[in-house]
Amino acid sequence: MKNWLEGFKRMSKADIVFNICNAIIMILFCIITLYPVLNTVAISFNNGVDAVRGGIHLIPRMPTLQNYKVVLGMQSITVGAVNTVLRTIIGTLLALVANALLAFIVSRRNFLFKSSLSLFWVITMYVNGGMIPVLLLYKNLHLTNTFWVYVIPGMISAFNMLVMRTYMKGIPDSFEESAQLDGAGYITIFIKIISPLCKPVYATVALFVAVFQWNSWFDSMLYNRMADEYTTLQYELMKLLSSAMQQGGSATGGGNVGTGANVVTPVSIRSAATVVTMLPIICIYPFLQNYFVTGLTIGGVKE
Amino acid sequence: MAQNKDVIEPTMDEQSGTIKEEKQISKGIKVMTTKEFKHQWKQQWVLIIIAAFYVIYGVLFYYVPLVGWIMGFQNYKAKDGIFGSDFVGLAKFKFLFEDKVFLEVIRNTFAMGLLNLIFSFVLAIAFAILLNEIRTKYFKKPIQTISYMPHFLSWIIVTGILHDALSLNGVVNELLVALHILKEPISFFSIPALFWPIVTFANVWKETGWNAIIYLAAITAIDPSYYEAASIDGAGRWAKIKYITLPSIKPTIIILLLMNIGNILNAGFEVQYLLENGLIQGVSRTIDVYVLKWGIGQNDFSLGTAAGIFKSVVSIVLIVIFNQIAKKTGEERLY
Repeated sequence: MKNWLEGFKRMSKADIVFNICNAIIMILFCIITLYPVLNTVAISFNNGVDAVRGGIHLIPRMPTLQNYKVVLGMQSITVGAVNTVLRTIIGTLLALVANALLAFIVSRRNFLFKSSLSLFWVITMYVNGGMIPVLLLYKNLHLTNTFWVYVIPGMISAFNMLVMRTYMKGIPDSFEESAQLDGAGYITIFIKIISPLCKPVYATVALFVAVFQWNSWFDSMLYNRMADEYTTLQYELMKLLSSAMQQGGSATGGGNVGTGANVVTPVSIRSAATVVTMLPIICIYPFLQNYFVTGLTIGGVKE
Repeated sequence: MAQNKDVIEPTMDEQSGTIKEEKQISKGIKVMTTKEFKHQWKQQWVLIIIAAFYVIYGVLFYYVPLVGWIMGFQNYKAKDGIFGSDFVGLAKFKFLFEDKVFLEVIRNTFAMGLLNLIFSFVLAIAFAILLNEIRTKYFKKPIQTISYMPHFLSWIIVTGILHDALSLNGVVNELLVALHILKEPISFFSIPALFWPIVTFANVWKETGWNAIIYLAAITAIDPSYYEAASIDGAGRWAKIKYITLPSIKPTIIILLLMNIGNILNAGFEVQYLLENGLIQGVSRTIDVYVLKWGIGQNDFSLGTAAGIFKSVVSIVLIVIFNQIAKKTGEERLY
């Protein structure tokens, strides 16, 4: 405390003004970021009909767990949750292996086709067929109305591959050479030598893919609209959102689900579903900060 | 002459050192003898087979859909397929550009893309610089953590939250009425003039902290001795930001600007689709929403594909043009 005060004394007047203004801006920024999210949490724990009156800020006025009971009891939500978890796990694993192996072969210094194969994938970042040709392709491949449409087509992302390639290029050749002298083939080098050294960048890419998978909804709507068994959490949330929007966000009649004294509204249900959907990611991301900072820095500055 | 050049070039490459190394190798391949090639093949067959799988996968999922562009020049009928439908030339494109709705859609896409680009950029850079000026670790770290949070929320969640905050009894109306800026709550989503600012705000809210990560990393990489020297010369905080921080991160800013300009037309889909309603669709519909509603919704695949082709071509042209500009001005470039 004393040190801090001393430091304060040494500052010039302009510095003090700057620091105070800066602190105020930052605090305002945090409030604007956090408030809407915390408000949703408060509404999710509040009696639905009461919430319609408005005026709930950070603390529920009539606390209840009814919204969560209804949400967690909805079959579409539980099916969606299972699919979302599955696509996140399977999709992340597949993407990790596929991108890592591709990055490995294009980062071998004397590989005959390293430049052409890299270019082949970089082009896909900028040129794509568009929504309708892709939809037709998936239909013809019988990928629509299946779970696999979530994890197979988007497996390789040129951006993630380039992040990994940059990292692998930074690994000294001597590791590979000494392994080769011992008679190791490429596959052994990839699994036993390169991959253990690449753990940080693997974690980064896994994080990017997992967040993408967890938050996707458009593919459920476009490819699996007719297949309720492959619905996802985000898509179900989207349906709840549009039903809440149609109610104007304030109607008390219509879509209410009445269960005796405890009544829930589209808005309160949606708030609870929102909290359920965002909770896992919000709990995990603070611990993975170093990984995504590394990944973005490699991907953005060097490529 | 040409022969002379061939002789001279390799020696020049050798002299100019490491950067040219890759080129030299690729040149070497062309003159590689069959014996050498056989040796390489023997050594690399594992890599080549794996590469072949990646090419097959890439062709199937990324290049085959380009064949679908043919539909944009056809009167596509599902029963006839891509190879059986009648060709109509540029009729679909002509229809698009005579359609008042599509012209509106182009305007909306560009306007919202540009607004996003400008505000996201300026605010992310400003946030990174201001955050960097905070010296107390215990204050800086939590702010940074909070700033990333919205990036991890899906657009579904963000639009839901936004919808709540801007509803008639939401917090924004409450605040504006309490401050006497508004007499009574207004319905934000029924006023066309407010839609673009709302979308821009949503993007800024979601991505500012995330976009700032790269700038923060670039700022951290600046040599502290520059700042020390400036302090000795009597430079204040603003002077240091203006003459040291900003010029130092300029290459990062330029390369990110280039990457994002190509994406300007991609930036408009989820928010617009999720927040759209009948009252404001004149300003909210973007090219992707148009493709979804007219192309897929109304089953006019040809029209939707034509609109998609237009979007892709404009994006690529934008990337190439801005890359050339960067090249001319001697700045960093994408490729």
